[in-house]
Amino acid sequence: MTQHDPLRPVRDLSRRRLLLGGAAVGAGALLTACTSNEGEPEDNGQVKAADSSANPNSAPGKKVVIGFSSPAADHGWTAAITKNAEAQAKLYTDVEFKSVAAGADAASQRATLSTLVSQKPDVIVLLPWDGKELNAFGLEAMAAGIPVVNLDRAFPDALAYRLQIKGDNYGMGVSAGRYIGEQMKAKGIANPIIGEIAGMDELELTQERSAGFKAELATFGFKVENRRAARFTADTGQAEASQLLRALPKMDAMWNHDDDQGIGVLAAIKQASRSDFIMVGGAGSKAAIDAIAADNSVLKATVTYSPSMASSAISLARLIAQGRGMSDLVELQVPKEITLASETITKENASTYSKLGF
Amino acid sequence: MSERTETAVPAGTAPSEGLPAQSSPVSPAPAGAGHGDPGVGKTSGPGGLWSGDAAESIRRNLGLVGVLVALIVIGVITRPDLYGNMNWVGDNIMSILTLASVVGVVTVGMTFVIIGGGIDLSVGAIVAIAGVWSTTVATQKFGAAGMIFTAVVVATCVGLINGLLISYGRLVPFIATLAMLVAARGLAAEISDKQTQVSGNETINSIASNRILGIPLLVYILAAVVAAGWVLLNRTTFGRRTVAVGGNPEAARLAGINVKRHTLLLYALSGLCCGIAAVMLTAQANSAQAAMANLYELDAIAAAIIGGTLLSGGRGTIIGSLLGVIIFATITNLFAINGLSTEAQNMVKGGIIVAAVLVQQFRFKSVTQLFARNRLTSKS
Repeated sequence: MTQHDPLRPVRDLSRRRLLLGGAAVGAGALLTACTSNEGEPEDNGQVKAADSSANPNSAPGKKVVIGFSSPAADHGWTAAITKNAEAQAKLYTDVEFKSVAAGADAASQRATLSTLVSQKPDVIVLLPWDGKELNAFGLEAMAAGIPVVNLDRAFPDALAYRLQIKGDNYGMGVSAGRYIGEQMKAKGIANPIIGEIAGMDELELTQERSAGFKAELATFGFKVENRRAARFTADTGQAEASQLLRALPKMDAMWNHDDDQGIGVLAAIKQASRSDFIMVGGAGSKAAIDAIAADNSVLKATVTYSPSMASSAISLARLIAQGRGMSDLVELQVPKEITLASETITKENASTYSKLGF
Repeated sequence: MSERTETAVPAGTAPSEGLPAQSSPVSPAPAGAGHGDPGVGKTSGPGGLWSGDAAESIRRNLGLVGVLVALIVIGVITRPDLYGNMNWVGDNIMSILTLASVVGVVTVGMTFVIIGGGIDLSVGAIVAIAGVWSTTVATQKFGAAGMIFTAVVVATCVGLINGLLISYGRLVPFIATLAMLVAARGLAAEISDKQTQVSGNETINSIASNRILGIPLLVYILAAVVAAGWVLLNRTTFGRRTVAVGGNPEAARLAGINVKRHTLLLYALSGLCCGIAAVMLTAQANSAQAAMANLYELDAIAAAIIGGTLLSGGRGTIIGSLLGVIIFATITNLFAINGLSTEAQNMVKGGIIVAAVLVQQFRFKSVTQLFARNRLTSKS
């Protein structure tokens, strides 16, 4: 900072610098105190407490090491997946939880996973960036005798996993379509105008959701009038919804694929002062479930795709490593594939589901 | 010499357009010593070059208005049912301007940086870090004023860091701001714990829903930032120095401009714009998260480029950038009302960027040849 503009007197500059410097220090002190997010109520409804009187499987058994890897995407759902897995693992005294960062893409996840394998965990729970790209890793680990639990994004090869537990994207679309179809029929609207705000269009899961929605609406003789794809974030949800609302000055129903981006969609609806339609959400966030229970917005229902599946995956991984089965089933081992049903949350059952909201 | 007069003629053929506009770059002369290209300063006597230069940007802006009109005509033809309703048309214009408002504010800052010979790839990330920082539970306790203060100060500070790295750390702008893009999004993810932070502050949220005289508040903010940017660029020494630094940093330094400090201020200005945009976007989405304002850097750069700002610096207009942003918003709106896919929309956007740059090259061919000749003739 020794260099200064020869056209300006030095005295003036130093005084200004002093003032600016003082202001900067003050602002800095104030701002660093502002990064705290403490005070948010933590809810732990997405884990299953170990209660050995109700479930003999909860009794501590052989010590097991569970390796875990999940992409750290900037999204509430993915964040909830990691949190749930950690929280569930903590509840078991016989589980050692080893989480490895998944990096930025499938290639770096593969790299970190190979270091995990060298530590010889008893079982690996894995939410892959892409099921197809990490299929080879699944095969490799299984061949090395480490059972792999695939979380949500399926491996194409059946030999690549011991257990696959996932949500039902097509079923989500079907549930949303059925709720809207039934509501329209109940209201006696013969030709409803239906809008759709999808998530990231390049993802297979978005295509599956839209396909299910379309197919179910067709059984009622309805179709999607206009569809916009947002990017699973609130600001893109707001932007796309504001344009969809322009395109459809009259609308009867709308399905928004994701409750995180739904915060923005609801904001856009409020900003446009629209209330002429019903809206269905997706995934089942806590905010959405609360809004449905309060019944003070166009959001009347949401179809679930719960990140609680991560908690279940950890529980099942522990059973697999200990060689135990699921206590309600006759089989002595955990089954190979579990697909969660997509449930519809409405005002009537919102209180039951509120603990599953993320 | 005969060749030279020949090429100068087309630039001076439109005196009615050129003369009034000529006053804008020339009249605030205090920093005149640091005119962009030394070649320009030496030949400013005949007046042909500057007037041609100004007429060029006016012609370009008229061209952009033409594109805008064409887009609206396509809208009227494809959706006569919607455009038949005057209430809808009014609302739609407001909707397009609102859609353009956040990127528009970012683009004003970006235009300054690019004219000054730099590039800021971190604007989207700065919006995200400012938005996230201002919506933490702790910040929200300070109310709307505290949130706005936090967003603006955080964003300006990040811009200052960019500027320090580039001007005093001698990093290439592309690298420094690319690093900031990654780092700021990382910090935003860390602070927000990767969650979407809902803004519970009704005053902030009402920034996006309030209307004054039927016009959304966000559009007023955009108008204010654009007006301030125009005055700063065209009517102050700061603006003239920006053009000089971008046009030829060495000449600017020899002319007595503190190029390093000026570059620092340009990135801080870009950060300030991002801070304002962060408040606007947070208000619109009622929330902030680390992934917000994704790829805004590309939107802002593209808008500035089709608005006639030279990527190599030294030239550009705020009005052109604004028109660029509005054109992109109108395309989004056009595709939405026709129910067309986002993929097709992105392809058209890409096509428009390429077309704009091609036009820019054709237009500038004659002018740059002229510059080259001027340098030769003034040496001899």
